[in-house]
This record gives sequence, C-alpha cells and structure tokens, in this order.
Amino acid sequence: MEKRYFQPEAECASREQIRAWQSERLVAQVKRVYENVPYYRNLMIDKGVEPGDIQSADDLYKLPFITKDDLREAYPFGLLGAPLEDCVRIHSTSGTTGKRVVAFYTQSDIDLWDQCCARALVAAGADKSDIVQVAYGYGLFTGGFGLNGGSHKVGCLTIPMSSGNTDRQIEFMCDLGTTILCCTPSYASYLAETITERGLRDKIKLKAGIFGAEAWTEEMRHDIENTLGIKALDIYGLTEITGPGVAYECLAQHGMHINEDHFIAEIINPKTGEVLPYGEKGELVFTCITKQGFPMLRYRTKDICVLNAEPCECGRTFLRMSKPMGRSDDMLIVKGVNVFPSQIETVLLNKGYPANYQIIVSREKHSDILEVNVEMTPEMFSDSLREISSREKELVEALKIMLGIYAKVRLVEPKSIARSEGKAVRIIDKRNLY
Amino acid sequence: MSIKQISAFVENKPGQLAKFTDVLTQHGIDMRALSLAETEDFGIVRVITDDSYKTACVLKEAGYIFSITPVIAVEIPDIPGGLNKVLHLLNDKGVNIEYTYAFTARKQDTAYMIFRVTDNEAAAEILKDNGICMFDLEDID
Repeated sequence: MEKRYFQPEAECASREQIRAWQSERLVAQVKRVYENVPYYRNLMIDKGVEPGDIQSADDLYKLPFITKDDLREAYPFGLLGAPLEDCVRIHSTSGTTGKRVVAFYTQSDIDLWDQCCARALVAAGADKSDIVQVAYGYGLFTGGFGLNGGSHKVGCLTIPMSSGNTDRQIEFMCDLGTTILCCTPSYASYLAETITERGLRDKIKLKAGIFGAEAWTEEMRHDIENTLGIKALDIYGLTEITGPGVAYECLAQHGMHINEDHFIAEIINPKTGEVLPYGEKGELVFTCITKQGFPMLRYRTKDICVLNAEPCECGRTFLRMSKPMGRSDDMLIVKGVNVFPSQIETVLLNKGYPANYQIIVSREKHSDILEVNVEMTPEMFSDSLREISSREKELVEALKIMLGIYAKVRLVEPKSIARSEGKAVRIIDKRNLY
Repeated sequence: MSIKQISAFVENKPGQLAKFTDVLTQHGIDMRALSLAETEDFGIVRVITDDSYKTACVLKEAGYIFSITPVIAVEIPDIPGGLNKVLHLLNDKGVNIEYTYAFTARKQDTAYMIFRVTDNEAAAEILKDNGICMFDLEDID
C-alpha cells in the first residue's frame, strides 16, 4: 500500500506523544472554556468540577456531557468560545425541533479543519497534481467548504461544483479530468450509474472518492468501486465538532482514523454515561481540544460505534472508529441531511394537523426517499381535489423549509397508521443501513 | 335549488371503493350518482344518494372522513348542444365549474348533470331564467 501523509508528524506520532498532546491541550481548553463560557462554567459547577480537577486526558471523564439540547438552549451565542469579532464564519445544521445549531469558527479553527480534510484527501492518495471535484453542497452545510479547504491545503486543483446538476458534474469530470470526487455516497452511486449509462466510463480519470455525510454499506462501496474503477473512502464529521474530517478512512479501508491531536474520542454507555473500553460498542463522544470558536467538551454525537486501537497497516497511529452502526436517538440521515421526527411533528402541529404521522425512508437506486404519511382529518378534507392538493403542497413546502429536503406527503385514512401498544410506530427505515 | 352531495376520502388501493359501497348497501342506501376523482395516493368518492342524512350517519359510524357539499343538479335535454347551452349560460355569468359529472335516471330522453360551481345561487338563477330545469332529489325517481 502506498504510504502518504499530509502531516506525518501528527498522523504517525507515537501513542504516548498523542496522549501528551491531548492532555496538554485538554487542560488548557478546559481552563479557557471555564473562564470564557458561562454556560460551560455552570455545567461544570453543577457537576462539582473545577478546571483544576482536569490534570490530564485521564481526567476527561470528570467533565459533564454536552448534548444537542444544550445547543438549543444556548442558541445562538451561549456556547461561543471566542469573542464574536474573532470568528470568521458559521456553519449550521438542523436541530431537533427546528431551532438550528449554529457553529462558529475562528480563522484558526478553519485552518485546522482544512488540515483535517487535507489529511483525508492525502489518505485517499491525493497530491498537488490531483484534480478534486467537490460535489458536496456549499453553504451552511459543512461538506462543500470542508473538502474545498482541504483540497486547497494539499494544493490540488479544486472544482467547487457543489451538489446537483448531474450533467454539468459529468461534463467537468470528463473535460477537466477530475481524479478525486467528494460527495455523498448516494450521489456518487447515482453519478456512477449515469456515467455507465452514457458510455462515458472510458472518458473519466477518477481514481478515488471521498464519500461521507450519510450511512452506506460495504455493498454500496463495492458497487461504486467496481462501476467507476476507483477507491471509495468514507469520511466522518459533524457540524457541532467541526464538519467532515473529524475522522477519515485510509486506503486500508478498515475504519476511520480520528484526528486525535484535535479531537478526543470516547465511547460511552448511552444509558449510564459510563466510559467503555476500546472495542466495545457504544455512543461516540467528542471533545475538541484545539477549537476556539465553538469548543465542544464531551459532545454526545448519538452515533453508535466502536473504537479500534489496533495499529493500522497504513502507518497512522490515530485510533480508528467504525462506521456508525446506528443512533442512540431517533435522528435519521436522509440524503446526507439530519432529520428528526420532532421537526416533522413541529411542522404538522404548526399547520394544524394532528401529530399522527409516520415517516418512511427507503432507498431506490442508492438514493434516499423520504415519505411522510399523514392521517386525513375532517379539517383537511374537501370535496375538491384542488383544495386538498393545495393544502398538501403547502405542507410539502413547510416540510422542505424545516428539513431542507423534499419529503413526499401521502394522505392516508384516519386510524390507518399502525399503533403498537397504543404508541404509534413513527419511523420505518427500509434501507437496512446498519 | 341545490342538493346535497356527499364526498368521502378513500385511499387509492384495491378494494377501497367496494368497501365504501358495502357500507351503503348494508344500510339500504340507494345511490343516484357517483363520481370518483383520483390522485396517485387517494381518491374522493362523490355520491348523491336517496338519503343524505342517513348516508352521513353511516359513513361517520364507519370511520370515513367526508364532507357535505351543496351542488346543483341540472336536467340536460338529450339533444346535440344540450350541455353546450348550459355551459355558455354559466360562463356568461362568470360562474366557474369546479367539477361536473353526468348520470341518467328513469326518465327517457333526458340526461342529468351535477355541477359543483363557485356560486350556487348565481348559477341557479341564470339557469332558471333561461328555462333550464333543476331538481331536488325526489324529481330524479
């Protein structure tokens, strides 16, 4: 296997060195956050922890957790870790009930994030001669800007395509000779299929792809790799922590290396909060030790996975995390977008519908389909198809504004949504992702 | 001059219409007219029956979502241009037709049409002024 690193001094550092960095940076971070962020200070006081109690990374477990609920409560500026005037950008993702999560970045945060993404690109085989097509969305979503920044750091020619417009994606791919594609796995799959259908397989020069932001299976990986003749690699991240590049896969394709000089990972029992040893399955928790603008300490990702401390054949010493194997909450990732059932419920209630609904997610040709079944009500009903359709359209629009993606609304008969033990089954995920 | 149409929500899947007519049959309700509007997922069954009050009661009991809408029932001479004349009259008055459907009754040489329009009163007035017959339920028998 070709061994290439962006920052070998970090990526291949000894475990002792990594632990030393973590300890030193954590101690400083806790002190800084305690002094500058009243919300954190109060959480720590509630838990009876003082900065002095954190002497090394071994003391991490003493800190309180922070969750999406805290982010909602502290919205928008309550968790700001640096003066607003030192922040240069925000990114945002959906919250549980419509209140969005807004994460702040200082210039230093952006630089470190770009480095994390650069490591991911180099791990996929990139050097400055590569042409990187970023087909993640640019905007509030972290995908586009994250990989864009990483590609710049490596010195690749960067094509900031953003998502969508398949014809143009393929045209650029063929004409400019894109070698590395970055997008969601489902979009990669769709592109692969379209390229094959149009007989353009020989016209493309792709060698690798970095596909993240949604769950995908090994079957899907093989499918994309065989269709396009490339290496398909996973990347992990979340806006709360920084965005893509929190962890990235190397060519060994056996777990994602966590950028441990910036993020400390723990696995906990989601019910008790107890820290579990490496190798055990539980909820992934991250602590940012270098971030300034939005420094999350022990942020509960709700992703269920396993950490692997075995040495990797690629030479990197960073721990590897498995693909997420599920969620400890009811969040769904649809087309790379976080969807909470509570968001859908909020829209229905706002629009005067009863909260009697069912969410059905399926995947057709590797592309996610989100459907919301809503029970018909006398208020919603009319003898005119036009009136019902226009109300339905209004609902679809409102859902789109809330979720950021299209959801098909299906009106069903009253009392037809299956209930088990008096409680409705709200989510049917037919994708078998985990 | 309007009559009561009952419109019910049904899902667009096999057997739904039969399930609906089962309910009416079980209660001895006679349908005079029926029309079905459909989308990919659901449909609206619109019926005129011999007893709209009873129909509403039994549908409610059976758990249907329905509405009662006043519509006008118009007698159309069964000759070329018969419907055309009616439509022009309504159009001239600016009455918009939401939907319409035809049915026959026991009287020969006459067709009947149900009109759901934006303004029942205006429609009734113009039709009446022009000698077009409208009727209540009893007339259809």
